[in-house]
Amino acid sequence: MAEFAHHCPVLMVITFLAGAVLTPIVSKSKKKFSFWWAFFVSLLALLFSSCAVWSLYTKGPISYWLGGWEPPYGIEIYFDYISSITFLMTVLGALIILYSKKYIEHDIKEEKLPVYYTLVLLLLCGMVGFSITGDMFNLYVFLEILSLSGYALIAITEEKLTAMASFKYLVMGAVSSMCVLAGVALLYNVTGTLNMSDMALRLQQFEPIATSYMALCLFVVGFCVKAAMFPVHVWLPDAHALAPSPVSALLSGLVIKVGIVGLLRVIYGIYRLGGAIDFTTVTNFMGWLAAITVLVGAFFAFFQDDIKMIFAYSSISNIGYIIMGISLISFTQPERGYLGMVGGLIHIFNHAIIKSTLFLCAGAIIYKTGFRKLSDLRGIGKKMPITCGALTIAALSIAGIPPTAGFICKWFIVLGAIEFGRGIWAAALLIGAIFVFAYYIKIVNAIFFREPAEPILEVDEAPLSMLIPIVILAISCLVFGVFAYLPLAVIKPAAATILGLPPTYIPPGG
Amino acid sequence: MSVSELFYKLNVNFNYVVAMTLFIIGLYTLISKPNLIKKFMGLNIMETSIFLFIVSSGAIAGGKAPIFGEGVGPETVFVNPIPQALILTGIVVAMSTTALALSLMIKLYEQCGTLNADKLKELK
Repeated sequence: MAEFAHHCPVLMVITFLAGAVLTPIVSKSKKKFSFWWAFFVSLLALLFSSCAVWSLYTKGPISYWLGGWEPPYGIEIYFDYISSITFLMTVLGALIILYSKKYIEHDIKEEKLPVYYTLVLLLLCGMVGFSITGDMFNLYVFLEILSLSGYALIAITEEKLTAMASFKYLVMGAVSSMCVLAGVALLYNVTGTLNMSDMALRLQQFEPIATSYMALCLFVVGFCVKAAMFPVHVWLPDAHALAPSPVSALLSGLVIKVGIVGLLRVIYGIYRLGGAIDFTTVTNFMGWLAAITVLVGAFFAFFQDDIKMIFAYSSISNIGYIIMGISLISFTQPERGYLGMVGGLIHIFNHAIIKSTLFLCAGAIIYKTGFRKLSDLRGIGKKMPITCGALTIAALSIAGIPPTAGFICKWFIVLGAIEFGRGIWAAALLIGAIFVFAYYIKIVNAIFFREPAEPILEVDEAPLSMLIPIVILAISCLVFGVFAYLPLAVIKPAAATILGLPPTYIPPGG
Repeated sequence: MSVSELFYKLNVNFNYVVAMTLFIIGLYTLISKPNLIKKFMGLNIMETSIFLFIVSSGAIAGGKAPIFGEGVGPETVFVNPIPQALILTGIVVAMSTTALALSLMIKLYEQCGTLNADKLKELK
């Protein structure tokens, strides 16, 4: 069994990649079969990822040498606490593929179905590979795999302006990938290696030079574009709002988190571990920008009428929370950043679940009514009670009402910010939270407490294959809020190891 | 640093200077040109500049291909092959990005009837 778990991380990537390549072949005669194939592939990958995560938490990190070549010469797959996000990716991937069955048949032509599932599987392959690799150049390649399939997925429908949204994302995404590649090149020139842990080791041995700082800045810029932080967020609203709803759920729930995983890998996996370079100037700058991001996202979301546009702007605001949480770090006293790091990591997890629920609910409503403006959707709650109930739970979660999942992360981030002496960041977060609360109340009010308009009266509940993922996700929004110790048990050792503390670290005062 | 010293350093590291200049030219094209195809040409120039930077960083004057055989002794100088292997992958990635961008542009032209970024902004 232990032998099998050792191979699981790489098997996840292989499963997704092989599944993606084989999709057009297995569904050659019967296009609709591509759904069952993609669903089967995602369940298989889910099995491998749960095995790998189980092995991680019982036996510690897995280091896998591709082709048996010893690192730093060969490529190393390193499955550590940051990589446990792959479990979230495979679970959400399977649920979103199940949801796509009905939704996407309605949106695109039947002969394009295999293309859609191929791209979704490639996107998942890129994300999983990105999170588990221990090699810098591999990181870049997986980043490009997931970005390219993301651009293509946005433009897969024939709806107007999708190509423009996708192109905007492509140009900004390609520039950010260039920045990441330039950073890899500079670090390779400084250290002469591509393996992350080896890089950290060799950075220790040299005097800190300007090239290493420049590489850090390039990485931060590159990954912040992918994560859609404030000055470089302009691609996100169009891309996430115009994409088909399951794709929006994937992009908002997982793809923007990849930027955060990249930041964690580079800042904490290489520069903190290397220990020779003081990166707090950069993280401080990131934190201030994150505080602005929170406000900007929440502010613009307030003035939108399109429900998917509201959710897209709210994603920007939430990315601000996460980056604020992870940039609360002090170079000399790692334990001071502990609370913020826990909050940031748990918000990666919770925001993925909550935002997927919101986008899937919005998708179910658009699928049934064809409307996406809040003013057209008045009173829809009476006709689609389950979908709108789930939407309400998710909306309360993201606003941070106590018994739901969104509360615990904001609590930790605010505590972390105050403890760190950054009262202004905490204030920005609270003002943002008030805005968020206001606009989600606006949504809940419109769908439940207003008189339905004429065309809404004929609508009934969404099909079962869409309801199952929505209900599972909405229930987990509640469960992970009420039983917050479940995700915390997983995330606390992760936060401690990222900061270089022992996994069993307990902060003073509990 | 004196002027002659600066010139000496620029001369020794001229590959970095060339790569950086190309990068800036590409970025400028990307930002300033309204036509989407020209924008993308700028992006391709940026990509090429980074590829040049990485490949040139592995080169050594008088270096040989790292293959063991006749005429190779302990004093032979080899070129670092890893940057070249990386750039082969990088070129494939750049090519697929370009292909996707061009096909998106065709779709964009069909949907909006223009490739001018300023006019596309007004369409919204």
